[in-house]
This record gives sequence, structure tokens and C-alpha cells, in this order.
Amino acid sequence: MMEISVNVQAIAYLVSAILFILALKGLTHPASARRGNYLAMAGMAIAIAATLMGSEVRSYGFILAGVAVGGVIGTVIALRIQMTAMPQLVAALHSFVGMAAVLVALGTFLNKQADGLLNGVLMGELSAGIIIGAITFSGSVIAFGKLQGMISGRPVKFKGQHLLNALLAIATIGFAVHFALTESTLSLAIMTLLAFILGFTLIIPIGGADMPVIVSMLNSYSGWAAAATGFTLQNNLLIIVGALVGFSGAILSLIMCRAMNRSIFNVVFGGFGTAAVEGDGVADAAQKGVKSAAIEDAIYWMEDANKVIIIPGYGMAVAQAQHSMKELMEQLEARGVEVKFAIHPVAGRMPGHMNVLLAEADIPYENVIEMDEINPEFATADVVLVVGANDVVNPAAKDDPTSPIYGMPVLDAGKAHHVFVIKRSMRPGYSGVENRLYYQDNTSLIFGDAKDVSEGMVNQLKGAAH
Amino acid sequence: MPETLVALYIFVLSCFIGYWVIWGVTPSLHTPLIALTNAISGIVIVGALLVTGLEGVGTTAEIIGFFAVLLASINVFGGFLVTNRMLAMFNKKKK
Repeated sequence: MMEISVNVQAIAYLVSAILFILALKGLTHPASARRGNYLAMAGMAIAIAATLMGSEVRSYGFILAGVAVGGVIGTVIALRIQMTAMPQLVAALHSFVGMAAVLVALGTFLNKQADGLLNGVLMGELSAGIIIGAITFSGSVIAFGKLQGMISGRPVKFKGQHLLNALLAIATIGFAVHFALTESTLSLAIMTLLAFILGFTLIIPIGGADMPVIVSMLNSYSGWAAAATGFTLQNNLLIIVGALVGFSGAILSLIMCRAMNRSIFNVVFGGFGTAAVEGDGVADAAQKGVKSAAIEDAIYWMEDANKVIIIPGYGMAVAQAQHSMKELMEQLEARGVEVKFAIHPVAGRMPGHMNVLLAEADIPYENVIEMDEINPEFATADVVLVVGANDVVNPAAKDDPTSPIYGMPVLDAGKAHHVFVIKRSMRPGYSGVENRLYYQDNTSLIFGDAKDVSEGMVNQLKGAAH
Repeated sequence: MPETLVALYIFVLSCFIGYWVIWGVTPSLHTPLIALTNAISGIVIVGALLVTGLEGVGTTAEIIGFFAVLLASINVFGGFLVTNRMLAMFNKKKK
């Protein structure tokens, strides 16, 4: 293979870094986003080619095998994955980056040790890479398990959990310092093991509703893991890209926390909402003075409306109801009804989750409006249809200082003339907080699976047209 | 200036770039953003290549490196392709 000099390689890395920055910039608008992705692909291709052509890489057998196997696995997963399973896929990919960072650090340690090139700073950087990578890995595995439903999505809390985490963190750092000072392989091994355990104990207490923050946070960690690897290898490209990804995840975490009116510490160290209150479905609801409605009632108000706003939530994703939402939109638009979708930043299990599902169903992004922009419109909406969303429409967040979710920005669904809520049962949302919206005079509940109900609506509208 | 300090300069300045670029990303594309950053954090593949391809690399390091290359490749291929799939859905023409 043609060999390039260190300087040419450095320039190639710079070009690659610029392409990654432009790629992220491309996501400012859906129209330029795809080009952005291609720029990032080009950046990655340049980076890999420049590395392989540099003087440091001499044997290619294992590399080719690794890229071939990994490439096939990655491609198959990417082409087959369902859009509703995106949060799980993302969690899995985070875990791979974390593990790769750990392996790179361990491999670097072995290589440098063999060449007698170890020093304190290098071993400190190696330790940082291993610790961050290991936490990213085991934390992401837990997040994956929760999102996939393999582990309970509820907050798992136990006594002394903060103390345990603090002790684990101190011990991990202690062994890292000992390793950096003494080159002790045993300390390295114990440190690595403790970091894996720490990732586990940090994420296991965190509940399903906090998943958007956790997914963003692990995204951030995976970036810091790459940056730490860059420090170890004195590779500027890894440092730049790691910082970009690290900040991307950190900002998303911040946006998600603001959208829940929670501090990041509260999410990471908290465990919030016990969801201890469980109602007995319809019968229980009736006692509390909830109106239940049939599909026909909702259709009656929707087909003559001027404006209908649909609020999707995690329930829509679970029921895979996005395609029937699209049909519902078309049926209503054919009758001259303006249909919009209102998105709360934490709806679903990851940032932007709802937008992707609606895009999958071919709903134009012009019809999909973010919270701040759509909130003034609720007062002029004839009908609001809430599909599997809960806490994000709870008026208690605005006007009940005693509510645990008080202060969280919410969608003003209750201001519409008529509110219909599709719900499977009267169970409260993941925060475990009763939703006052359900007891409002203008609210009616339609009990059933989001997909069944919305398909029922579509069929009725179709039937009426003939 | 020692190399570690140069690295620190680059790191801190990159953090600022990240900060400003990411705030510009539209909220509707936050999921593709996460998938794209998934793909580009696959850049650890560069580290994996350097570990695996080193002249006279030991067998243990080579095997460790192989798995690092494999995992990072899953990220690179999987991340870019799934991002592309998602963005294609956002870009469909209105009928």
C-alpha cells in the first residue's frame, strides 16, 4: 500500500475533522441533513484511509477481518432495525464505542509495555479511557436492557445506593492512581472491573421516563471515551471528534433536563417517582369522575373541526400507531381540517423519538411542531387528540405547586375546546403522578390500544365518505 | 509546549466548537443527531487500527485490537446507514 508521511496524515486528519464539524452543522435543517451525513461518511473514510496508509500500521490481516465482520453486522442491523427500536439500537451502539475504547486502551498498554514506553502521564490517560469506556459500556447495556424491556423500566432504588456509588468511584480512582504510579497490572485489572460495576450501579436505578436523559448522557460519555483515547494515542482527530460528540450528548442531556424541570444531578443520582399508584382501569376511573367516550364521539367533533392537534407520546411508539396517525391526518385533511402534531421534547424514550416515527409514517415535518411554537395554538384548536402521552400534558405542572412535576414545561392540551385521550388504562404516567387533564370537563378518555383506536377512527371516516 | 498540553488546547477549543454547532441542531433531528454522533464516535476505530496494525504487535494485543476494530466498525457502518435511513424519511417529497 502507498505510504504517506506523518505530515500528510495530519493534514488528512484535519480535513476529516472539518468534515465532521460541517456534518453536524448540516443537521440544522432537515433539507441539509442528508448531505451532512455524507460529509461525515467522507470524513470517516479519509480518517481510516490516512491511518491505514500511515507508517504505523504494518499488518492488515486482523484489521480487514475486523472491519469485514463489523461492517456486515452494522449494515444488517441498520437496514433491518425498526424505527420504534431506535432507542435500543442507539444504546447498543454506545456500548460498542465504550467497549472499543476500553479495548484500545488495553491494547495500547500491552504495546507500550512491550516497547518499554510506559510513563505516568500515559498510564493516567489510559486509565481515564478505560474508566469512561467501561462506564459507557455497562451503563449502555443496562439502558439497552431497560429499553428492550429485558430489565424493569422502573426506578430500582436500594438503601445506601449513593454511598455505594461514591465508594466505587473513589476505589476506581484509587486503583487508577496506583496503576499510574506502579504499573501494577493487578491494579489495572481491578480498576477496569470496578469501572464496569460502576456503570451498572449508576444506571440501574434510573427509570423509564428518564431514558431520554440517560440516552443523551451515555451519548456524551461515548464521546469523552473517544477523546480520552485520543489523549492516550496523542491523536488530535480523536480528541476533536470526542469533544464534539461529548458536547453533543451533554447539550442534549441539558435540553432534556430542562424539558423535565430537573437538574442533571437529580436524574443521575436521583431515582424519582415510584409509580406506586395503580388504578383498576375503567371502573376506577368512573368513580373519580372521568368521562369516557367512544370513537364515534371523537369523530363527531373532529370531522367538522377547523383545527385538530395530535399529541403523540411513548404509547404511540409502543402501539406502532404512527402509520394510522398518518391515515387519520389524511382523512381529516380531505375534509378541510388543519392537522398538526405537537411534540414535547421528552416525549418517547430518546430526544426526537416522535419526530422520527412521524417521519417514518410520511407525515411532513412542516406539520410537526415543537412545544414552544405550538403552545399558543391550543386555545384555538377545536380538538386535541392525545395518543399515549401523559405527563407532558398534565396541567398540574403549571398550576399545582405540590405536584412532583410542578415547573416542568408542558403542552397546553387542556386549553382546546375538546380533548380526547387515547389510553390503555388509568395507570398514571411514568412519574407516577395523577394527570389532572383527565378530570377536566372538556376531556374525554377513549380506552384502548392507540393503534386499534386510531385505526377505528380511520375506518369510520372512510366509511362516512362513501 | 509539551504534547499533552497541545492536546489539551485542541480538546478545549473543540469543546467550544461542539457547543456552538450542537445548539443549532433543530430539535426534530435530535434522534438522527444521536445516531450520527454514534457513527462518528466510531472514530475510535483509528485507535483500534493503530493498536492492531503495529509492527511486531503481540498476539494478545492483536486479538484485543481485532475486537476493537470489529466493535468500532459496527458503529461506523451501522451508525451512518441508520442515520441515512432516518434522514431519507425526513426528506421525502410531499405528494
